[in-house]
Amino acid sequence: MVTGSQPVRSRPRLTPAAGLAAAFHGVAFAGLMLAGLGLLLVILASVFLTALGFGVLALAGGLPGDQRMLLALLLVGAGLGIGRFFVPATLVALRGLANLTRRLAGEWCGVTIAEPYRPPPADGTQKLPYTERLRWLLGDVATWRDLLWVTVNALVGWILAVASAALAVTGLVAFLVPVVSRAVPPAAFPGNTKPALAVLGFAMLAAGLAAAPWLLRGYGLLASSMLAPAGKAELALRVRHLAQTRTETLEGGAAEIRRIERDLHDGAQARLVAMGMTLDAAGQIIDSNPEAARALLWEARDASVKALAELRALVRGIHPPVLADRGLGDAIAALTLDTPLRIHLASELYGRPPAWVESAAYFAISELLANVSKHAQARETWIDIRHTDRMLRIGVTDNGHGGADPARGTGLRGIERRLAAFDGVVAISSPPGGPTAVTMEIPCELSLPKTSSS
Amino acid sequence: MRVVIAEDLFLLRDGLTRMLQAHGLEIAAAVDNGADLLAAVAKDQPDVAIVDVRLPPTFTDEGIRAALAARRAAPGLPVLVLSQYVEQLYARELLASGTGGIGYLLKDRVFDSAQFVDAVRRVAAGGTAMDPEVIARLLARNTGNASIGALSPREREVLALMAEGRSNVAIAQRLVITERAVAKHTASIFLKLDLQPSDDDNRRVLAVLAYLEV
Repeated sequence: MVTGSQPVRSRPRLTPAAGLAAAFHGVAFAGLMLAGLGLLLVILASVFLTALGFGVLALAGGLPGDQRMLLALLLVGAGLGIGRFFVPATLVALRGLANLTRRLAGEWCGVTIAEPYRPPPADGTQKLPYTERLRWLLGDVATWRDLLWVTVNALVGWILAVASAALAVTGLVAFLVPVVSRAVPPAAFPGNTKPALAVLGFAMLAAGLAAAPWLLRGYGLLASSMLAPAGKAELALRVRHLAQTRTETLEGGAAEIRRIERDLHDGAQARLVAMGMTLDAAGQIIDSNPEAARALLWEARDASVKALAELRALVRGIHPPVLADRGLGDAIAALTLDTPLRIHLASELYGRPPAWVESAAYFAISELLANVSKHAQARETWIDIRHTDRMLRIGVTDNGHGGADPARGTGLRGIERRLAAFDGVVAISSPPGGPTAVTMEIPCELSLPKTSSS
Repeated sequence: MRVVIAEDLFLLRDGLTRMLQAHGLEIAAAVDNGADLLAAVAKDQPDVAIVDVRLPPTFTDEGIRAALAARRAAPGLPVLVLSQYVEQLYARELLASGTGGIGYLLKDRVFDSAQFVDAVRRVAAGGTAMDPEVIARLLARNTGNASIGALSPREREVLALMAEGRSNVAIAQRLVITERAVAKHTASIFLKLDLQPSDDDNRRVLAVLAYLEV
């Protein structure tokens, strides 16, 4: 889940292909504008017809009374009818259109726009009654901002979108007509106009293509200014995200504590009880049967060794000692030494992330490596750990057969949940045939490495 | 034989001291932190130092660092590191010098005092004592290795004991076979792993550990 929106500030690429693509994308956006205009007209028709009906009732004095009444009723009926039956569906369609624009703004313009809508009042599984549905749609400021966007887009936005394509096409025509067309009589181009027109046309084509990515970026930012969550809505999104991740974290923590309790109860604790009983038995018979007592003592010793081994395994699962001792880089190095996978580890951390981030990152990587060895049949795995722009960034890539689906396995979902508590995100790319690349980002600061006194 | 012990928990320090004294070893000093260990090594010039991994002030890996520092200060000083848990990473760091005289054992191993004292003596003599758990994990990591896959189960047992640092005599006792049988197994192992055979126990151990890419 992405919360908030931050426009990506990287420069668009200046190549003819990128320019051409951007110009086409601009035209496609103009197409979306037409769809938005259609939806807008449905809503306007409802409002306009209703208003017109009341207007007729009040003003059209020239008509006979009953005719005037009938016309007014027809108009108001048509307006309210459209409002009753089409407006909610139109508003939902508008959301679909706005979401498509948001997604395309991310893909084409490099401007990430988060979805600002409030969730439906119920859990969304059953259909809402009409009034509640309308209240949900109209009570959301995002709906009105969507309408504003559709209006602005229909009035001026689309010009920004198609300007580059229009410039380029005009230039192309101006360039091609005099160069290619022999059918046009030379008289049509007196004097030096012909080469001048060709040069001008080429310049327009080049300018159009060069400007296209920038204009498209501008269009994306314009869309973002209206389609991105506004002030309060963004806060509401953030609160919702925090509430959800907090619940998941608390539930996860409680489940973990229950697991630890059970492990201790069934494992080390039971062994210590058995050990105490064995020692007691040895004490009872030590004078009468020293040989048997000795055997019992050995048994107690073996039980203590087993209890220690279980405690070690348990501690490793709670917080691996080497992680506490050395930090994330060395803990992962130690982890890689314990797996049969061929792993290339590049860890560049100059300092240590907060302990909870270290722990979450460690278990996430450990889970990913377990996935790789279980499913991917990878020959090699690359782990990359670094901290840039106040983000801990971890990449785990393998050259296995790919096709990992986060929706199917609980492992990836678990990682997502674990990291979400720290506003961390997971992205996975795993086309069939591989490679599989998992990227994790957790915002955090590094503390300076502890200096030892010895 | 003179021993220096660095262990911060009083009960364990005291227990170790008594146990080693009971086996006829002399405790030159028993300290509870890394700095005192370095001072004791310089002053008492022991035959071997026994060091706990977690020591004050940070209770992380002071022991490993103190052990490595002690070996830098007194080159060739045999050091036996004890820990509640073992990591291949630390084993690798301890063995990095490639000279032997290194031990790395779980604290649990002191329960079997005869074996433990044997490990102390072996390390003091310049040998190696790697915890069976380290070796088990090393071997688990090398399961994909074709040469190791070609070893018979018995040969694999011998390889593990050899990697722990045990001599042929000790391996023979442990597996209840003759020394000649052990020699035959080791020769076969070295052939299959394409290693230079060596009569020197210590060099043999180091070759095996290097092969397993500690």
